[in-house]
Amino acid sequence: MAALSDNLLIVTIMSYVVAMLLHAAEYSFGGRGVIAKAAAAPARELVGAGGPPVVEESPYAAPPAPAAPRRRINAELIGRAAAVVTAVGALAHVGTIATRALAAGRVPWGNMYEYVLAVTLLGVAVWLVTLWRNPQVRHLGLFVMLVEVLLVGVAGMVLYTPVGPLVPALDSYWFVVHIGAVATSSSLFLVGGAASAMYLVRSGYDAGKRGFLYAFGARLANAEAVERLSFRLHAFAFPIWTFGVTAGAIWAEAAWGRYWGWDPKEVWAFISWVVYAAYLHARATPSVKRSVTAWIAVLGFVTMLMNLFGVNIFFTGLHSYGGLD
Amino acid sequence: MSTDVDAPVETGRAGPPSGRTPRFVVAALVAARNAWRQLTSMRTALVLLFLLAVAAIPGSILPQYSVNREAVDRYRAAHPDLAPVLAKLWGFEVYSSPWFAAIYLLLFTSLIGCITPRLAEHARALRTPPPDAPRRLERLPHSAELAVADESAARAALKGWRTVRREQPDGTVTLAAEKGYLKEAGNLLFHSSLLVILVGVGIGAQWGWHANRLVVTGPDQAFCNTLQQYDDYGLGPQVGPGDLADFCLELTGFKADFRENGSPISFEATTQVTDAHGRDLGSRTFAVNHPLRLDGANVYLLGHGYAPVLRYTDAKGVTQQTVVPFPFTDATLTSQGVAMFPDANGGAKDAQLGFDGLYLPTRDKAPYAVSDFPLERSPVLVLTAYRGDLGLDAGITGSVYELDQRQIETGRLKRFGDAKLLRKGETWTLPDGSRLEFVGTRQWITVSIRHDPGEQIVLVGVILLLVGLPLSLYGRRRRVWLKLRPDGTAQAGGLPRTEYPGFEDEFASLVERWRR
Repeated sequence: MAALSDNLLIVTIMSYVVAMLLHAAEYSFGGRGVIAKAAAAPARELVGAGGPPVVEESPYAAPPAPAAPRRRINAELIGRAAAVVTAVGALAHVGTIATRALAAGRVPWGNMYEYVLAVTLLGVAVWLVTLWRNPQVRHLGLFVMLVEVLLVGVAGMVLYTPVGPLVPALDSYWFVVHIGAVATSSSLFLVGGAASAMYLVRSGYDAGKRGFLYAFGARLANAEAVERLSFRLHAFAFPIWTFGVTAGAIWAEAAWGRYWGWDPKEVWAFISWVVYAAYLHARATPSVKRSVTAWIAVLGFVTMLMNLFGVNIFFTGLHSYGGLD
Repeated sequence: MSTDVDAPVETGRAGPPSGRTPRFVVAALVAARNAWRQLTSMRTALVLLFLLAVAAIPGSILPQYSVNREAVDRYRAAHPDLAPVLAKLWGFEVYSSPWFAAIYLLLFTSLIGCITPRLAEHARALRTPPPDAPRRLERLPHSAELAVADESAARAALKGWRTVRREQPDGTVTLAAEKGYLKEAGNLLFHSSLLVILVGVGIGAQWGWHANRLVVTGPDQAFCNTLQQYDDYGLGPQVGPGDLADFCLELTGFKADFRENGSPISFEATTQVTDAHGRDLGSRTFAVNHPLRLDGANVYLLGHGYAPVLRYTDAKGVTQQTVVPFPFTDATLTSQGVAMFPDANGGAKDAQLGFDGLYLPTRDKAPYAVSDFPLERSPVLVLTAYRGDLGLDAGITGSVYELDQRQIETGRLKRFGDAKLLRKGETWTLPDGSRLEFVGTRQWITVSIRHDPGEQIVLVGVILLLVGLPLSLYGRRRRVWLKLRPDGTAQAGGLPRTEYPGFEDEFASLVERWRR
């Protein structure tokens, strides 16, 4: 079981990498994409240069006139393929976690490796549901899959911990509630944060910025729609995060004798809570610019990452179950 | 935190223009009012929230007295130049520092200043029926012309809405309906609950206390809940030594379970509890995640280990027995400690006995340095004897877990014979004919005993917060009007009062039901 889990993890990572590349391809080859826009004709010559003079089957050999609409269809297909590959990766991801849970005989978030896998799976699930309901934001997939590939990759390569049982301190039903809520809200913050980043790129592009990242904004979904999506994800996540921290406090009272003790993990949970509270307040204030709000959301996700990686690696505290030495 | 930022700041004449009020008083009042408006503005609240987040960071980087006192001591020893400066800036007690308190108290003041007028406003809104339809409904974000045959059917469609019927002189009937009052109620509940939590935390800090100690099994090692019995403790400013709950506790048993690889499965302590009057409260067990909850205090299990029992009979035949808890140094409970017999040989200063000990719960082959398993499968005690002046009377409180190295370095405490390996029940005869018997071992646990009277209040506050938060975030305040003209035609209008992308659909379905 444990070996199967490890193999499925490789399938998961590969799928996410492929999905990410497909999203990138969709962006590049789309009808309004940079390549199609800048040079439709040179593309045809490029193919011809290295290969036989004329290749009948090649889509690039088609006459220049219908080339553009055909590429648009291709981009649409590539985008759909990216979503399908993401779903395949998600299934492998479920398999990775399920087989690991079976091998360990317990809930699969007992150390940092498993926790990151759980959060990233929930993140992909949130993303697929979001995509299902708002197909127009498909470009967000590139952002989400980039974060997913990085996190799952770090989990597999750096955080990997062999299957093992839980320490007695984690033997509590609050473990399921606390980590479950925290992981769920983290995954929502992940997709919400990616949407905020996309909003910043798109709105920067709309404002006339053409720098390295902003040029990318040309083909991204409507800035306002992404911003609204981001807000809804954050508004959904924040109460769950609050509940997760509360459940942790109730558990801490039973385990350590105090509901709050400024352990480094608690400090950063508090910081994230305050930053996301600031986000919601800023969002509700008409005079605060939406770009400022989006930056706060990105900052919020940075504090979440700091809590996950920074605190587990650099600080010692009571929450030292990472399995890292 | 009011929803509109940039509260208008008045610079000119404000307040009643009274000829009798001196000019500087008016100026002071204006300044005070402007300051208050600034403080309660959303921009200030946002800045304070960010300050709070930033101010919390150093407490996760620097060791904190409230979290780990030893870590602070180590840090101070390692950074002799920097540490005093940090200490002056409350760097080791960030969360009780004046500057941290200043931020959150300002934030809470801003919060009170913001929600108080909003509470009054909302109370008024709850008493005030929805206003009459505006003259021109078509100017609203959503409106429709329709024909409505039956007024009562139209009213039925507004079930769940707060509806007011008004009749105009020309026979026109207007229905004004409003929904989503819970949004503001939830918002106010959320912000008020933060105050409840603050009060609970404050009460806990003032009237709470905690203490730690080590307990060895056995009736001779029982203790009562008094300050003298604790290794370290912290009392809230309003707590006196006499305020501690009355109970006594004896550790009657301790059970630890481990897997074959040495990783722990469970720990469970069994205790006999009596109250101050000697009344038996019976046998109670507690474990990690399952504290012993007593009236007025909770007892938490923190750690455990072994305490060898040693009996020393000096050359004159006088016998003393001691139980010495050995702290462990690794996960397999390799434990190190020291047994001291200052009264040996009649208590002569140069003939005291001390034993440096290494206890391995499981080890059956050399080298006898590290235990193989945390349970006692093949326990062995390695002792080194010292004879001379233990240095206990020097007035300096030394560690009870190791011999005074200065005494050994200066030669006042000398090594006495070779190191000896003992199994349970074995006796070691020393060069002077005295004997040391390894009688056996007992278990020890470390416990934290805590009382926090603010805990329940904080819990109530958090529950209110969790109720208010979704209401505030997902609630939607909106109004609709239906104007029924005497000729059977009607006009409908809708106004979302908060951001609500779904209102268009809701309004459309409402109009659809009115049409039928």
